[in-house]
Amino acid sequence: MSVGTTMSSKSAPAESGNPSMVSIAKRQRIEDIVFHRVTQGFSLLVLVALMGIIISLFINAWPAFQKFGLGFVWRVEWDVVNEEFGAAIAIVGTLASAGIALLIAVPLAFGIALFLTENCPVWLRRPLGTAVELLAAVPSIIYGMFGLFVFAPLFADHVQPGLQGLLGSMPLIGPLFGGATNGIGILAAGIVLAFMVLPFIAAVMRDVFEIVPPILRESAYGLGCTTWEVVRRVVLPYTQKGVIGGIMLGLGRALGETMAVTFVIGNANRLPTSLFSPGTSIASTLANEFGEAADFHLSTLFALGFLLFVITFIVLSAAKIMLLRAEKAKGL
Amino acid sequence: MEFNQRLYKRRQRANTIGLTLSMGAMVLGLFVLLWILSVLFSNGLAALDWNMFTQSTPAPGTDGGGLANAIVGSLMMVGFSVLVSTPIGIFAGVYLAEYGDTSKTAELTRFVTDIMLSAPSIVLGLFVYAIAVATLGNFSGWAGSLALSLIAVPVVVRTTENMLRLVPGSLREAAFALGAPRWKVATLVTLRAAKSGVMTGLLLAVARISGETAPLLFTALNNQFFSTDMGAPMANLPVVIFQFALSPYDNWIRLAWGGALLITLSVLALNIVARVFLREKKAG
Repeated sequence: MSVGTTMSSKSAPAESGNPSMVSIAKRQRIEDIVFHRVTQGFSLLVLVALMGIIISLFINAWPAFQKFGLGFVWRVEWDVVNEEFGAAIAIVGTLASAGIALLIAVPLAFGIALFLTENCPVWLRRPLGTAVELLAAVPSIIYGMFGLFVFAPLFADHVQPGLQGLLGSMPLIGPLFGGATNGIGILAAGIVLAFMVLPFIAAVMRDVFEIVPPILRESAYGLGCTTWEVVRRVVLPYTQKGVIGGIMLGLGRALGETMAVTFVIGNANRLPTSLFSPGTSIASTLANEFGEAADFHLSTLFALGFLLFVITFIVLSAAKIMLLRAEKAKGL
Repeated sequence: MEFNQRLYKRRQRANTIGLTLSMGAMVLGLFVLLWILSVLFSNGLAALDWNMFTQSTPAPGTDGGGLANAIVGSLMMVGFSVLVSTPIGIFAGVYLAEYGDTSKTAELTRFVTDIMLSAPSIVLGLFVYAIAVATLGNFSGWAGSLALSLIAVPVVVRTTENMLRLVPGSLREAAFALGAPRWKVATLVTLRAAKSGVMTGLLLAVARISGETAPLLFTALNNQFFSTDMGAPMANLPVVIFQFALSPYDNWIRLAWGGALLITLSVLALNIVARVFLREKKAG
């Protein structure tokens, strides 16, 4: 804080004063400089770790990139025996499951945030908010087990046949609901992921809804707006950037999630043909194959990890920039 | 007049529909939380017995067994990673809060820390595999601990910084006015004032890493036997749960549920304790 800089440099009353005080002041200055540099060094460790991650992943992925070039990204092939690899299958699975998760989680998160900020009795706000935060704290492997043992059987018995009967014969979207209904696949993974990212998105949305100045809200109510209109026409436009930031944050989480997906996506190295068919994501391919991989196979897995890191890094950076802008707008 | 009535009715209807749907979303969210917890309790309590804490993981096809080796392994790895990430996280947090207003590097560090908070944890596992497992030639508890630290540090950094920023500036100024050097103000005044907040950050970091599975898969791996040797592959709850849950053996699956209940209860308890800490601070 700016006060500190001026104060500490003048912590000696006067250079011409008592010699012992001068020496104390000198010592303290040196201590201050050391303290500054040491703490700075620790904070730089974070940057070093990031650089280390990017560099070491890239070095280990290099043989794969060298062999397949940029085409690695859209090659539809994953043949361990013949060493023919491409990332397209895993990328499609990652994007599809994360996309489904967001389609489900975003409206629900919006509803929860709306309820918590506008509609909830004050005494219930804290316990319900805590409940949402606790849902976010549940480890992802629990979501995975829940998805495999509880959700998938129910989904196979009650939801999938219904969806297939209702939409399966429709033109265009029909094939999306074709195939075996065994409860495991892209759609199931997307739904379990949605449960997982829902609390993250809801918590961010609630926080940004709360920064709307009360006077804006009150003026809208004063003009006779209903709660719904206040949220739609005042709160939402005002917090647009923060809301998008929250959604991107959820997307970043969903793209990189391993455990919740691995249990239910089916882990098949084929391009999924319908929402019910098994697939794989980058993270679950890594979780399943890395332990037994060697040599070139290992390098392609590093290449997948590198791609995942770059994709999530871009998404999360965008989220962060949006949220920073939303925070700046708070001052207005 | 009649037109106004109709408009009014329509607006009111939209309002009712919107608010009902939002309440429905809240109910669904709570329902999912309760559903997961009830599944955990009904399956986990059946597995919970004394043997779970005294015996090690069973070999394939054998009866009985427990999770003692995994519990000890998890505690050791989480413990070491807290020992490592506490000083790093707190010092870095102090830097960001005390010197971070003017420097570009601090801004960049803050940005990167926030991204690392949500970075895919499996990639951190890959990184640690590359630098600690591939180079040394074996999986180890140390490597697992290092991977967990990479996740814990950003949590500690950000909470420490936020908590230090809540300390009123007048407290700092008063200390400076007494002639205290900057490092004393930072450590003896602001850090002490933010103590319970910093503790909250540590608790949240522990809660976060105790349930992490992905970064341990290729760092600590697993160990069927009881071992406290951090230089060797080490059993840990999340990986054991992962392997046992996907196994064909009934008693393994039962143990996986028991472990899942154990982990979830400790993570939720840590979260609640952290919240109580923070609330006490706000009240004081």
